[in-house]
Amino acid sequence: MRRGESLPRPTTPFLGFARLLRRHAFAIAPEQVTSFMQAVTLLGPRSMNDIREAALATLAPSPDRRGEFEAHFRSYFYGDAKPLIEGEDDQETRIKDDRGTREEEKQIVRQEKGGELSSALERLSSRDFQRDLDDLGSFRRKLASALPARRSFRTARTRSRGTLDLRRSLSEIVSADGDIPWPLLRRRQIVPRKLLLLIDVSGSMKLHTADYLKLAHAAVQGAGRAEVFTFGTRLTRITSALRIRDRDQALARAAAQVDDWDGGTRMGPTLLAFLSVPRFSAFARGAAVVILSDALERGDHAELETAMHRLSVRAFRLSLATPLAGDPRFKPATAALQAMLPVLDDLVDGSSLKSLSNFILSLARPAPAADAIWKRVS
Amino acid sequence: MPEVNAETVATSPEAVAARLAALRYLADDGLATAIFLAIRLGKPLLLEGAPGVGKTEAAKAVAELLGRELVRLQCYEGIDAAHALYEWNYQRQLLAIRHAGEHEIDIYDDRFLIARPLLQVLRAPEQRVLLVDEIDRSDHEFEALLLEFLSDFQISIPERGTIRAATQPIVILTSNRTRELAEALRRRCVYHWIGYPDAAREAEIIMLRAGDVAEATARAVANAVQQIRARPLAKPPGIAEAVEWANAATILEKGGSPWPQAFRRAIGVLIKDEEDLSAIAPELGRIVEEALG
Repeated sequence: MRRGESLPRPTTPFLGFARLLRRHAFAIAPEQVTSFMQAVTLLGPRSMNDIREAALATLAPSPDRRGEFEAHFRSYFYGDAKPLIEGEDDQETRIKDDRGTREEEKQIVRQEKGGELSSALERLSSRDFQRDLDDLGSFRRKLASALPARRSFRTARTRSRGTLDLRRSLSEIVSADGDIPWPLLRRRQIVPRKLLLLIDVSGSMKLHTADYLKLAHAAVQGAGRAEVFTFGTRLTRITSALRIRDRDQALARAAAQVDDWDGGTRMGPTLLAFLSVPRFSAFARGAAVVILSDALERGDHAELETAMHRLSVRAFRLSLATPLAGDPRFKPATAALQAMLPVLDDLVDGSSLKSLSNFILSLARPAPAADAIWKRVS
Repeated sequence: MPEVNAETVATSPEAVAARLAALRYLADDGLATAIFLAIRLGKPLLLEGAPGVGKTEAAKAVAELLGRELVRLQCYEGIDAAHALYEWNYQRQLLAIRHAGEHEIDIYDDRFLIARPLLQVLRAPEQRVLLVDEIDRSDHEFEALLLEFLSDFQISIPERGTIRAATQPIVILTSNRTRELAEALRRRCVYHWIGYPDAAREAEIIMLRAGDVAEATARAVANAVQQIRARPLAKPPGIAEAVEWANAATILEKGGSPWPQAFRRAIGVLIKDEEDLSAIAPELGRIVEEALG
């Protein structure tokens, strides 16, 4: 359409709504806007509900952002007050702590250190990651080939040690007018397993979360299939933010998505919530799962035990990296650690980027079970 | 199955919902609207939702609604063009080459082409409905391969050129959302998220689908299933499981088990995960009692 040529007036509200959505980072293609207007025409429209249904069907908001979409719709077409829009909302997985009140939050004493900060209270806050130049490039480059591998259902051409690729061999014969060339072979591909990082962002892990996020960014960039979640009082998927190549941008976006930085920890319920969403628990199936946490759970640890058991059944290898293990005197003495030790494949030192990246690069190598190692130590 | 004109069936979302209900598939406003729009706009319909909410059933119901044959393409990791689009029948080509001797022969003739689901549908778009089931299980490469088909309803065969559908076929894609689909795919489709139905609607579905279940039983099952789904289970029960549970409990009750016990004994058809069973066991009695009450 030429500049200056205006569209019919009735189309203006629909174009305006699409523009509003685009401003809020909804990916709306021009053809979707056309379909939206066609759909509205087809439906009558007889009521506002028809326009809403047409918008949902053609502009296709992802289920994660459905609430946000509805709020924009109401504010645009009904003139409702502008709602408080959250970043990437995943209503399926958000866990709200109904026990923590604002009053209680104020009473938390900030002088506590390390594990003492672990509490079941939800405290929402934001975090900025300052630029720094430490290099995780080598980790990123090595990761894809260092992860444990599995045989894929897909096959690849090979020169030796494969099964006869009848389809391609016959096609070669046909193109060679019936001559029989050398038979062609295929073999099932070897692909790296998924890597799933679950990062504890509660107050007791405050010193380490910045490093962990940098490592997670390198992992998402380096591995073909890596997923990263943070948990404290809530569960947040930050993989999409970490896919941005520029680390500072990626970490800034991830920091904006997570709103329970340095709050309490409810490890058991958040991990159970992770497992109860089929889309998420599918990430854990056959994956190398690394939990970065001190595993300091307040109160009853029965839910944590159940969650760890379920994770271990799904995962190819389940590891817990805890900064507490950086201390040579560390022993898995807490009730929660004792309970989860039998299902863990590894319980390792997560106090430094170096030890953690070395551990992740060694995931393909077999090691004795965590239980066996730590029994010897204690 | 008499074929009907798509546009005469889809006169309004209400007409679509009424016709689907006559075929024993209850669609809510959103789904009926999405089906209506997909038919009238000539776009593929993408249905997403948790396992067991009736996505595949919706596709079957649409095929029945239009009086067309359903062609189902089940996706899996590693599915490629040879499984979805077409393949050459090499054995027949070889034989033809041998028989031809010195004569010239076109080995890329139609008789050597094996049409897979997408090509079948392109060749006869008005007789078939294509179901691309569980697209989220396929690889990204396969998703990209589908894009040409979904936007222009055409496929390119290098030896033959481009084959285009004369009219737009009805295509329904389903996804359990085990991974994110590409934006390019989503924007080519009419989209609908199917959630679990509320208790009243689920009771209606159970009454329609189950064989010989009393209304009170259907309501109790629907209420109990809502309660069970609210818990953090590894595999929340779908609608089909709820129907099976109602059926199984009715059979047990007729066999002499009193009501609450019949529900408890039939729990294996509702919950098919050992951990979920042990998690729900302590509360099951109370849930069933409340649902029956």
